[in-house]
Amino acid sequence: MAVGCEREISDEVEFATLSNTGEVFTDTPIGLGSNFYFPYEGSKATAWSVDDEVSYKGSASMRFDVPNANDPEGNYAGAIFRIDGAGRNLTEYDALTFWAKSSQATTLAEVGFGEDFGENKYVTTLLNLSLSTNWVKYIIPIPDASKLFDERGMLRYSASGIGALGSEVGYTFWIDELKFEKLGTIAQPQPAILGGEDVVQSSFEGVNIDLTGLTQTFNLGSGLNQTVSAAPSYFAFSSTDVDVARVSEKGVVSVVGSGSATITAILGGVRALGSLKIESSASLVAAPLPTQAAANVISLFSNAYTNVPVDFFNGYYEGSTTQTSDIKLGDDDFKYYTDLNYVGIEFKNPAVNATNMNFLHLDIWTNNVAVDNFQIKIRDRGSNGVIDTNVNTGGPIEDDKEIIYTVTASEITSGQWLSIDIPLSGDIASQKGNLAQIVFVGDIDFLLDNLYFYK
Amino acid sequence: MKNMNKYKIEIKTMAFKCFLLAVPFFIFSGCSTDETQTVATFTELVMQDEFETDGAPDSSIWGYDIGTGTNGWDNNELQYYTDRTENVTVQNGVLIISAKEESFKGSNYTSARIVTKGEQAYGRFEARIRLPYGQGIWPAFWLLGADCGPAVVWPQCGEIDIMEYRGQEPTTIHGSVHGNGFSGGEAITKSYSLENDRFDTGFHVFGIEWAPEYINYYVDDVLYNQITPADVPGEWVFDHPFKIIINLAVGGNFVGAPNSETVFPQTMLIDYIRVYKQ
Repeated sequence: MAVGCEREISDEVEFATLSNTGEVFTDTPIGLGSNFYFPYEGSKATAWSVDDEVSYKGSASMRFDVPNANDPEGNYAGAIFRIDGAGRNLTEYDALTFWAKSSQATTLAEVGFGEDFGENKYVTTLLNLSLSTNWVKYIIPIPDASKLFDERGMLRYSASGIGALGSEVGYTFWIDELKFEKLGTIAQPQPAILGGEDVVQSSFEGVNIDLTGLTQTFNLGSGLNQTVSAAPSYFAFSSTDVDVARVSEKGVVSVVGSGSATITAILGGVRALGSLKIESSASLVAAPLPTQAAANVISLFSNAYTNVPVDFFNGYYEGSTTQTSDIKLGDDDFKYYTDLNYVGIEFKNPAVNATNMNFLHLDIWTNNVAVDNFQIKIRDRGSNGVIDTNVNTGGPIEDDKEIIYTVTASEITSGQWLSIDIPLSGDIASQKGNLAQIVFVGDIDFLLDNLYFYK
Repeated sequence: MKNMNKYKIEIKTMAFKCFLLAVPFFIFSGCSTDETQTVATFTELVMQDEFETDGAPDSSIWGYDIGTGTNGWDNNELQYYTDRTENVTVQNGVLIISAKEESFKGSNYTSARIVTKGEQAYGRFEARIRLPYGQGIWPAFWLLGADCGPAVVWPQCGEIDIMEYRGQEPTTIHGSVHGNGFSGGEAITKSYSLENDRFDTGFHVFGIEWAPEYINYYVDDVLYNQITPADVPGEWVFDHPFKIIINLAVGGNFVGAPNSETVFPQTMLIDYIRVYKQ
C-alpha cells in the first residue's frame, strides 16, 4: 500500500521572491524591461520620452509632451508603465513619490499606479495635480500596501492641454526620481465610500448599483491631507442583510430582495466613512421594447436608440419636492422619480425640432397606488429661444405653446408598465419646431423609460 | 639636541622592557564606538505618575486650570478647559486629554489643562507622550514659574517649554525658554524633527535636564539643544521653583484655528511623567 510519498523541501532551497525595488525612474527606467510603455487609445503615443537635458537630480528625467487638441496623432497624453516581466513586492512601501515641473503652471488630470491592463486590481489615482514651473516633490500614498505583493503597474497618467474644451494648447512636463518609498511620515487613514456620504436609495430587486466615490485619505508629514481614489479591491465590503442586497469584491451592489440593507466598507482595518442604505421594494422587469424604427425617432431617453442631448431630467424647480436617481437593471437604464409633485425635463441645447414627429412616447412604472391624475406637459419655446412661463400658473407665455396630457389614476396599475403615446396636437400641432421641456405632475413614485418622439 | 638623543635611547629601552613585561592595560574613556548619546544623567527619582489607576488623575499631584483664562489664556486659544472625564481621564495605564468640538459655556471646543500642586527648582522632567494631529491642535508639556501671579508677572516668573507642537506639523516639536526680554515670539527656542516618523503615531519621550547653568532638551535618545545663561538676552530666571503643566489647546496664536480637515476629538496620551534630581 503506497502512502503519499512526500519529500521534504531541502534546507538549501531559496524560494523565488518578487523584487522589492522601489525605484522606477532615476536617470533611466529601472527594472521595467524593454516593452513597458502602453498609451491609452486616442492619446498621442509618442508623448513620453527620456530627456537628457532636463533633470531634477542626475542626468535625465522623463519628459511628457502633452499635445494640442488638434494634434492628428492624439488630442491628449496618457499611458501606463507596466513591468515587462514579473511584478514587484511593494508591501514595505507607503507611497509613490516623484519630483515634477512643467513648462507652464497647470493641472495634471490624473497620475497614479496600479493599472496593468489586466485586472487593474489596485489602481490608485491622484486627481488634478497642481504642476508648477519649479521642481516640486509629489507624494501618492498607497491606500493599503499590504495588498501590493505582486504589482506590475508602476505608473499611470492622463493629461490634456490647457484651455477651453476642444481647443486645448499643449505643454510639457517632466518627472524625475520616480520611486516607491517608505516615508514613515504618512498616517491617520480616512477611507471613504460614496464620498463619505450616508446615502439612502430606493431600489428594486434585480438592480445593480456601482459604488462610487471610493477614496483613501492620509495625513502627510507636511501636515496636509492627501486623498487618492482607490480601486474597489482595496476595500472589504459588507451588507447588513444579504437577502436584500449583497456586494461583490468589485464594489457592485446587487439588490436581491425586498427590504432594507446597509452597505459599508473597511480599508486596511479602518471603517470607511459613508454608507449606502438600500430600500428595496418589489421586483423590476424591463419596460416593453420600443418598436419604432430608429429613422422615425428622436429619442430623449432609451437604451434602444441613440439619445439627443438632454440638459437635465430634473430642474429642481422652486417648490418642487421631486428627487431623481438613476436605476440600472442589467444593461437597462431607468430614471426614478420620487416624492413627486412636479418636475421638469429640459432639452435646450439644442431644442428638439419635432416638426416631422407626431407623438411623444413614454413608459412609466410605479408600485404606488395612484390617487391623483398624472399629467404630462409638452412645451415648445418658440423662436425667441427661451422657455417663457407664467410664474403663477406655470403656463406658457410670450411665444411658447404647450399641451397637457392627462392619465387618470384609474389607468395606472401598480406593479405594471404603462405605455403612453401622446399625439403632438392641439396648441403645438403647428408649433413643435422648438420643443424644449416636458413636465410631469402627480403624486406617484415612478420609473421612466423610453421617452422619445416618433412619426 | 643632546637631550633628544638620550630621550630616544631611553624610549627604545622602555619599549624593550615593555615588550618583555606584560602589555600594560589602556583604559579607553571619552569617545566610545557606541553612537547613542547619554541624554539623561539625573537619576534620583523624586516624583512620578505612571497613570496606573483608572479615573480622575491623582488629586494629590494634580490640579486643573478651568475655563478660558484671559483672552484664551493670553494666546487667543479657543477651548474651554474643564475637569470633566470627557476631557481628562486615566484609562488603561495612560492619561487621556481630549480636545472636543462642542458648544460649552460660550466656547466651541473643550479640553483640559492639568497643573502640579507641587513645585521644584532644577531637575530632570520627563514624560512619554503620544501626540494628536491636525491644523489648530496645540499640545504642550511645560514648566511655569510657581510664583507667576499678580506679584511676579509673566514672563519674569519664567517659563520652560519642554515640548510644544503644532498639529499641522506632525514631525516637529519645539523646546523653549521665556523670560523678560525673550518671551512669546521672542522666546529662545529650538526645534527637533523626526526624519522618517511622526509624533502622532506612537509614544515618544520628551524631557529636560535643568541645572543652575544650563537646560538640556531631549527627545527619545537625542539631545537636541542646550540653553545656558549666555544664550538668553535677559535675566536667567530659571533659578526658583516651577510647576509642571500638561495641556491640549485648540487654536490660538501659535497654531491658528482648526479647519474643516481637523478631525475631532483629538487626544493626547501620556504614559508617564517622572521627575528626578541631580
